Amino acid sequence: MYTKVILVKDTDLKRQDKTREFYTRLLDYLREGNLHSQIQVVRVADIGVYDKGLVIKILPDKITYVNVQDADIKRIIDTTLGQGKVIEDLVFRSKAKQLRIVLRNCGNIDPESIEEYIACGGYLALKKVLGDLGQQKLIEEIKVSGIRGRGGAGYPTWMKWNFAREVASTDKFVICNADEGDPGAYMDRSVLEGDPHSVIEGLIIAAFAIGASKGYFYIRAEYPLAVERINKAIKQAYDYGLLGKNILGSSFNLDLDIRLGAGAFVCGEETALISSIEGRRGTPHPRPPYPSVKGLWGKPTVINNVETLANIPVIVSKGGKWFAQIGTQTSKGTKVFAVTGKVKNSGLVEIAMGATLREIVMDICGGTLSGKPIKAVQTGGPSGGVIPESLLDTPVDYENLQKLGSIMGSGGMIVMDDDDCMVDIPKFYLGFCVEESCGKCAPCRIGGFQMLNYLTKISEGRGGPEDLGQLRRISQAMQKASLCGLGQTASNPVLSTLKYFEPEYNEHILNKRCPAGKCSSLVTYNIMADKCKRCGLCMINCPVQAISGDKESGYSIVSEKCIKCGRCFDVCKFKAILKK
Amino acid sequence: MTKIVKAKINGILLRVEAGTTILEAAKRVQIKIPTLCKHPDLPASAACGICIVKNKGSHKMLRSCCTPLEEGMDITTHDPEIVEIRRTVIELILSNHPNDCLKCARNNECELQKLTADFGIKEESFPQFLRDLPIDRSTKAVDLDPKKCILCGRCVHVCQEAQDVWALSFLERGMKTRISPAGDIQLADSPCVRCGQCSAHCPTGAFVEHDHTAQAWKALQDPDKYCVVQIAPAVRVSIGEAFGYVGKNFTKKLYALLRRLGFHAVFDTSFAADVTIMEEASEFEERLLHGNRPLPLITTCCPSWVDFMEKFYPDMIEHFSSCKSPHEILGVLSKTYYAQKNKIDPAKIFMVSIMPCTAKKYEITRNDEMFASGYQDIDTVLCTRELVRMIKQAGIDFNSLPDEECDSILGEYAGAGVIFGSTGGVMEAALRTAHYFVTGEELKNVEFENVRGLKGVKETEIGIKGKKLKIAIAHGLGNVEYILNKVREAKSSGKEMPYHFIEVMACPGGCVGGGGQPYMVTDELRIKRAQALYQDDDQKQIRCSHQNPYVKRLYKEFLGKPLGEKSEKLLHAHYKARPIYAK
Repeated sequence: MYTKVILVKDTDLKRQDKTREFYTRLLDYLREGNLHSQIQVVRVADIGVYDKGLVIKILPDKITYVNVQDADIKRIIDTTLGQGKVIEDLVFRSKAKQLRIVLRNCGNIDPESIEEYIACGGYLALKKVLGDLGQQKLIEEIKVSGIRGRGGAGYPTWMKWNFAREVASTDKFVICNADEGDPGAYMDRSVLEGDPHSVIEGLIIAAFAIGASKGYFYIRAEYPLAVERINKAIKQAYDYGLLGKNILGSSFNLDLDIRLGAGAFVCGEETALISSIEGRRGTPHPRPPYPSVKGLWGKPTVINNVETLANIPVIVSKGGKWFAQIGTQTSKGTKVFAVTGKVKNSGLVEIAMGATLREIVMDICGGTLSGKPIKAVQTGGPSGGVIPESLLDTPVDYENLQKLGSIMGSGGMIVMDDDDCMVDIPKFYLGFCVEESCGKCAPCRIGGFQMLNYLTKISEGRGGPEDLGQLRRISQAMQKASLCGLGQTASNPVLSTLKYFEPEYNEHILNKRCPAGKCSSLVTYNIMADKCKRCGLCMINCPVQAISGDKESGYSIVSEKCIKCGRCFDVCKFKAILKK
Repeated sequence: MTKIVKAKINGILLRVEAGTTILEAAKRVQIKIPTLCKHPDLPASAACGICIVKNKGSHKMLRSCCTPLEEGMDITTHDPEIVEIRRTVIELILSNHPNDCLKCARNNECELQKLTADFGIKEESFPQFLRDLPIDRSTKAVDLDPKKCILCGRCVHVCQEAQDVWALSFLERGMKTRISPAGDIQLADSPCVRCGQCSAHCPTGAFVEHDHTAQAWKALQDPDKYCVVQIAPAVRVSIGEAFGYVGKNFTKKLYALLRRLGFHAVFDTSFAADVTIMEEASEFEERLLHGNRPLPLITTCCPSWVDFMEKFYPDMIEHFSSCKSPHEILGVLSKTYYAQKNKIDPAKIFMVSIMPCTAKKYEITRNDEMFASGYQDIDTVLCTRELVRMIKQAGIDFNSLPDEECDSILGEYAGAGVIFGSTGGVMEAALRTAHYFVTGEELKNVEFENVRGLKGVKETEIGIKGKKLKIAIAHGLGNVEYILNKVREAKSSGKEMPYHFIEVMACPGGCVGGGGQPYMVTDELRIKRAQALYQDDDQKQIRCSHQNPYVKRLYKEFLGKPLGEKSEKLLHAHYKARPIYAK
């Protein structure tokens, strides 16, 4: 019988993962002290702390130690496990702004053990639903909770369910949309990998709500661990009578299956996702009819995002009213963000709706790594927008972000400092959308492509003042005339940067200058003779032999040959390379 | 009872049946919302983004082609913002289109060109980006120029859903998306059956019929050639659409026209259709009464259907009528019977077929049996659209042409021969003669109403001499599966055959809806074209093929008897299983 659990995870991404080595060593020590039958050690995918070397979490004490060295192991065993004392120089105390509902079990339980999930109250919500709650009351509870879809659009979950429930059909389907594809976003992956049963339980409840007897997980194939864990979890659920015929002794039957996505971003769109499952080309289709009326194989189908489903068991267990207390007027509950970019602590953050962007990036994530001021925050991935530093005190919810020209999206959040160029950023996102456009509808297919060309032109110093007008014109056509969300929102990064950072565009167009020094065509490198120590490191490192000279006469950059890779700038130890 | 919804379009209150799209509903208030991808004949694909409209209270715009009008909607179909967005989308499409209209087969008939003109677009707003993609002319029936494709998806829908051929699909994604057979192979190596429905529905010049007018012109000016022409039944009732007439029969004007184009002899495929019936009805009689080959008998006038069957249903070959298609029969008779009687060297005869069809272009060299006269029986096939161009090139004022008669001895037709152009027509014509062959009695009423009309699959029973004949008719290849699966099932289980006689035409509506016919066909138009054929039949003194005196004379003077030695040699063909993919 275990009395304690130690979770381990190497959070230093810059080196090869040392989790396994540390895990083995820790076990050895425990065996030595004959403690291995009382203390379980588990390797986890995410431990909730980032960039802090080897991190361990001791449960149920909830003590987190960071930057743990091999030499510390004995201390920990003696002091903390033995005497129950906290070691102050190792302990990590986070600013308690986070509220973990979705990530409640992530990092705390062994995701491959259904017993641990059940021990944490798992599948009790399902029991309640199948017991006395019933379809109608269940949907009512979800309505009261006010939860909206976490996939991006924020459509009320209960309405989707209710539409599908009301349609009379012998076959109905539920689908978990796990086709997470925004650059830099990995919220869903972490839940699937860290707490697969919470999503499965949510999906079973959704199936019961609408009367479906077949469900699918649509997971992108690039998430092999998520696929493996969900696969295992489904098998366990069958073994426990939580799937299959007569679930928990009721008359409710449900089969779950996994379908792999081939990594097309657009297949996260409901109708394209359905096409993909049906074995057809993954392109969106006109709505109506909506999937809740006519979806997979023409039958009523509810598609919910991973995060939405992970919320469901908690809502059922604790009640809609409880959930509705969390968040803002229009947006209830919490939201998980994957914060990346120039922040000190990047990683997953779950906050109650209504927390401000500043609280997320400054208090929780510790501001920028470089110490430079934050320039802007990008939310919502390629469909979202860029929010300038001056607006970071905006409370996060669906409506507020939309007002700022961005969207909540699925929860990607990228923090940018002065080194990020506001022409380069939208160029990156638009490039993503152009790559991922399915090609079906003209405004998105050609509009995105043309916009990308204008941005490229501007970033290379070939832009003209009229180009901004063209960008706005195409944006409008894409927003209004595209068939699906991808095309309708693909221009958001451009429009929002034009809104808040137009002078930076003009700097590129009129003065042929990139203030952030990011657009390589507009940047020049020179060696400052007074600072140069003539070490020759720049010349050795230049990949195109664009640096001439010798130790006696000094060095200079031949601008015709320079490809502006910035290698010399990076290697110079005396800051003698001038970049402008 | 259908639900009625009440809504406003441009401030005008209207009531429409629930499910009516905004695009359709707008027509009732005299608004034609522009679109490039929605074809009136097909479901909406929602690809172009031009048909956007506004609904009061929503900041989003709706695509009118696929959005049903809902109770209480307040729709605006045009305002400065909508028009501006439509213009931008058209200009974006133009930035990815060659815009070489002057050299395009669809010049003056292109939907993109027309919309560009309507919106007064006079310059290229956005830089042009074109991919260097080769033209696929491999089928010699329909040519695909992917550069001109605007990816509306009509052809893909027709090919996959209506025709069940699946030769065409979208390849790649984003700006690289293009139309091509799956696997990026040539059309000729794909399942393509050359029905040409893609070309009939394409809004631009991406799919066009393989042009053979140059060959025809060359022959016409060659003093050594004796140019003979035939027109198919369905051409006479559709050609008028190019000159402002709908559902009108121009048989006699066409005879005059073809003479003025320089043809030495003008014949009618409807005559050969009568001959087809003589052979096919005899075949049916043999199978029914003597059982030397199995029933059901399946018609084979349609080369797309033959190709389809050889690829997808080779197990049905024994059921196929061996009788050639009418125009092939006329070809072989021109170069044998007609040539001998008029002492013309058949080597000099140049035979042109004017057809509603692109597959006939493929059929004429399908196998050695298409050279039964010792020469290529048909030298060139022109489809209706090509003939229209020749008329215009020649500067002939079609509307003012006088009526003329066709040439003897391969022209006069019975009513049965002309209804070949419509779905159910071959069956009806065959039944008229089969009844006589089986019973020895003439029908009192020759019209079989049950086999007419546009229902995808028509099944009926007809009594001949106390025997109930079960009949099935399918048009649009997508409807074939239902019928043939029933036959397959009966065959495998040894049960009684579900049918005695089956007619199949590849194109929806039959030849009147053929892939080489004038553009923008709809069911309404198909019905009008067919009605004109049935009217022609109705007005004929002689309604049955076996009563046609020229047919009788042909058998007396030349062929002997149906299914006789000469007939078998000249008028019959064989089929073989073909791979769905050539490579």
